[in-house]
Amino acid sequence: MAENRIWGLVARFENPATLLHAATGLRDAGYKRYEVWSPFPVHGMDNAMGLKRSVVPWIVLGGGLTGLVGALLLQWWTGAVDYPVMIGGKPYFAFEFATPVTFELSVLLSAFGAVFGMIALNKLPQPYHPLDNIAMFRRVTDDGFFISIEVRDPNFSLVRSRELLESLGGLNVTVVEEGEA
Amino acid sequence: MATHDSQSETIFPPPLVSGNHTFHSVTEAVCSVVEAPPSKGWIASFLVALMGLGILGISVGWLIWEGTGVWGLNQPVSWGLAIVNFVFWVGIGHAGTLISAILFLFRQKWRTSINRFAEAMTIFAVMCALVFPTIHVGRVWLLYWALPIPNQMGMWPNFKSPLLWDVFAVSTYFTVSLLFWFTGLIPDLATLRDRAKSKVAYWAYGIASLGWRGANRHWQNYEKAYLILAGLSAPLVLSVHTIVSFDFAVSVIPGWHTTIFPPYFVAGAIFSGFAMVITLAVPARKIFKLEDFITVRHIENMNKIILTTGMMVGYAYAMEFFIAWYSASEYESYTFVNRAFGPYAWAYWIMVSCNVITPQLFWSKKIRTNMTWSFILSIFVNIGMWFERFVITMSLHRDFLPSAWDYYTPTMWDFGCFIGTFGLFFTLFLLFLKFLPSIAIAEVKGVMPQADPHWEGYGHHGDHGHEAQPAHATADKGGHHG
Repeated sequence: MAENRIWGLVARFENPATLLHAATGLRDAGYKRYEVWSPFPVHGMDNAMGLKRSVVPWIVLGGGLTGLVGALLLQWWTGAVDYPVMIGGKPYFAFEFATPVTFELSVLLSAFGAVFGMIALNKLPQPYHPLDNIAMFRRVTDDGFFISIEVRDPNFSLVRSRELLESLGGLNVTVVEEGEA
Repeated sequence: MATHDSQSETIFPPPLVSGNHTFHSVTEAVCSVVEAPPSKGWIASFLVALMGLGILGISVGWLIWEGTGVWGLNQPVSWGLAIVNFVFWVGIGHAGTLISAILFLFRQKWRTSINRFAEAMTIFAVMCALVFPTIHVGRVWLLYWALPIPNQMGMWPNFKSPLLWDVFAVSTYFTVSLLFWFTGLIPDLATLRDRAKSKVAYWAYGIASLGWRGANRHWQNYEKAYLILAGLSAPLVLSVHTIVSFDFAVSVIPGWHTTIFPPYFVAGAIFSGFAMVITLAVPARKIFKLEDFITVRHIENMNKIILTTGMMVGYAYAMEFFIAWYSASEYESYTFVNRAFGPYAWAYWIMVSCNVITPQLFWSKKIRTNMTWSFILSIFVNIGMWFERFVITMSLHRDFLPSAWDYYTPTMWDFGCFIGTFGLFFTLFLLFLKFLPSIAIAEVKGVMPQADPHWEGYGHHGDHGHEAQPAHATADKGGHHG
C-alpha cells in the first residue's frame, strides 16, 4: 500500500504555557510548516508563531462596499430609472430614504464577508486530516494542546525534529502518516 | 464595615467560572447535558411546547384559509396583536445580540457563559417575530412583493416606506444573528464530534463543525471574524429597533409621530430581552446543573441592566407626556390623556406597574441576587413590555374624529397566534438545549485563569512576553529547559 507516506510529526504539550514556549522555539529554529492546535485560541500565539495579520478584515471591507454600492444602485435604478412612481410627492431617489436599506445591506454583506471569508481562508470544510488517525489528537477539542510539523518543511528531519519537539517539552511525539481513514 | 469587602472585590473580581474546574471538566459539564438521554422533565416540556406549536399551526392555517377577518381588527384599529407581538418578539431578541456583541466589544468577560444561550434566544425570538409580518399581509403567497424580485408587473418595492426598511432590517438581523451564532458554535460542535459515541452524532456534528480541529492559523482568522461580527452586530441591533420604531414614528398618528421613539424602543428592547434571558436562565441553570457557569454574578449583572433600562423606559413614558403637553397639539395631548384614563387605562397601568415600579425592587442586593425574585420580576417585565407595545398600538382606537372611534378586542385567533409563537419558541429552545452546547465551551475555557500562558500556576514562563523578539527568545530557550 502506498498509504504509509509520512505526513509529519505531532507532539502533545502539557498546557498553554509550554505550547507557547514550544511554538516560539520552532519558529526560532526556522520551521515554517508547523501548526499549533488548541481547544481555544491561546493568547500571544500569533506572535509566537510569527504569523502575519489575518486578511479577514479586507474581505469584510469588500463585502461592505459591495453592499453599500449595490443597495444605492438598486434603490436608484428601480425607483428613478426603471419604473418611477410618484409617491407622496417625494423624490424618485434621495439619500435620506435610501439610508436604512443601504445600511442594512452593507452590514449583511460585510457579515457574509467575515463568515464565508473566514471559512474560505481556513479551507473549511475539511472532512479529513491525517491527524485524525492519531488517537490522542481527539483531545484537541477538549483539553489537548498539540504541535505538528509537516514533512514538507525544508527543515524537517525525522530525528532532529523529534528531538527538538522533545526538548521543547513535547510529549508522546508520534509519526503521522498520510492515508485515508 | 462593608468597605473592606467591597474593596477586595474591586481588586479581585469574583471568578467567572466558579467551582474547581479544569478544561476537561468544563467540556464534561456542558457536553453531558447534550449526551445524556432526554430527562422526563424535558420530554414533558417538549410535549407542551409542541402543543403550543400545534396551536400556532391551526391559528395560522385558519387565518390563511379565511383571511385577516378572523382577527379582531377594525377601523380605526387596523393594526392589532400582529404588530404588538412582532415588536414584542423582536425586542426580546435584542438582549441576545447585546450580550454577544456589545458586551464582547466592551470586554465584559462575564458574558461568556450566557452568550450562547442568549444568542439562541435571539434567533428563535426573531423567528417568532417574523411569523407576524408574514401572515398579517393576508395573502401570504404574495409576500415576495416585499422583495426586489423582477416580476410580471414590472414593479419594484417602495423603498420610501418604513415597512420595507423593516423587511430589510429584520431579515438582515436574523441572518447576521444566525451567522454569528453558527460561528461561535463551530469549535463546540467539533468538541461534540470528537466525543460522539454514535455514528449519527459523529457525522451530524462532524458536518456541522466543518471539520474544525483548532489549528492556530484557523483560530487567528476565526477570532478576527468573530470580532468583526460583534462590531457589525452592535450597530445592527440598534438600527433594527430604530427601524421597527420607524414603522410607527414615520406615520402621522398622534402618539406615534415622535422623535423619542428610536432610543425609547431600543432601551425597551434591551429591557425586555434581558428579562427574557433571566426567565430562561434561572430555571435552565438549575435543571441542567450549570450553576458554576451561570453564576449569581451573571444574574445580578443582568438585573442591574434591567434596573437601568427600566428607568430609561420610565423616563421615556414621562417625556412622552411632557412633550404631548408641550407640543400644544390637541390630538397629541388627548392621545396621552386617553392612554392613562381612557378605555385602555387598565393596559396602561399594567405597563407602568410592571416596567417602572416593580423593577425598582432590584435596588436591593438581596432581591437581585435571589433566584426566585429574579425570576418573578423578569416575568413582570415580560408582561409589562408586551403591554407597552399594546398601549402604543391602541393609540389608534381614538383618532381624529370621534365618529370614527372604536374599541379593539382580540379574538381567540389573535390569541391563538400569540400563544402559538410561544410554542414555536420553546420547541426550538428545548431542541437547542438538547442537541447543542448551551454554553460556549471554547470561550469559557479561554477566560479561565489557566488559559493564560502567563498564569502564575505555570511558574517561571514569564519570558514569553518577549516572543516578538526572536533573538531574545532563542537565547532564553536553554535557560527554560536546560
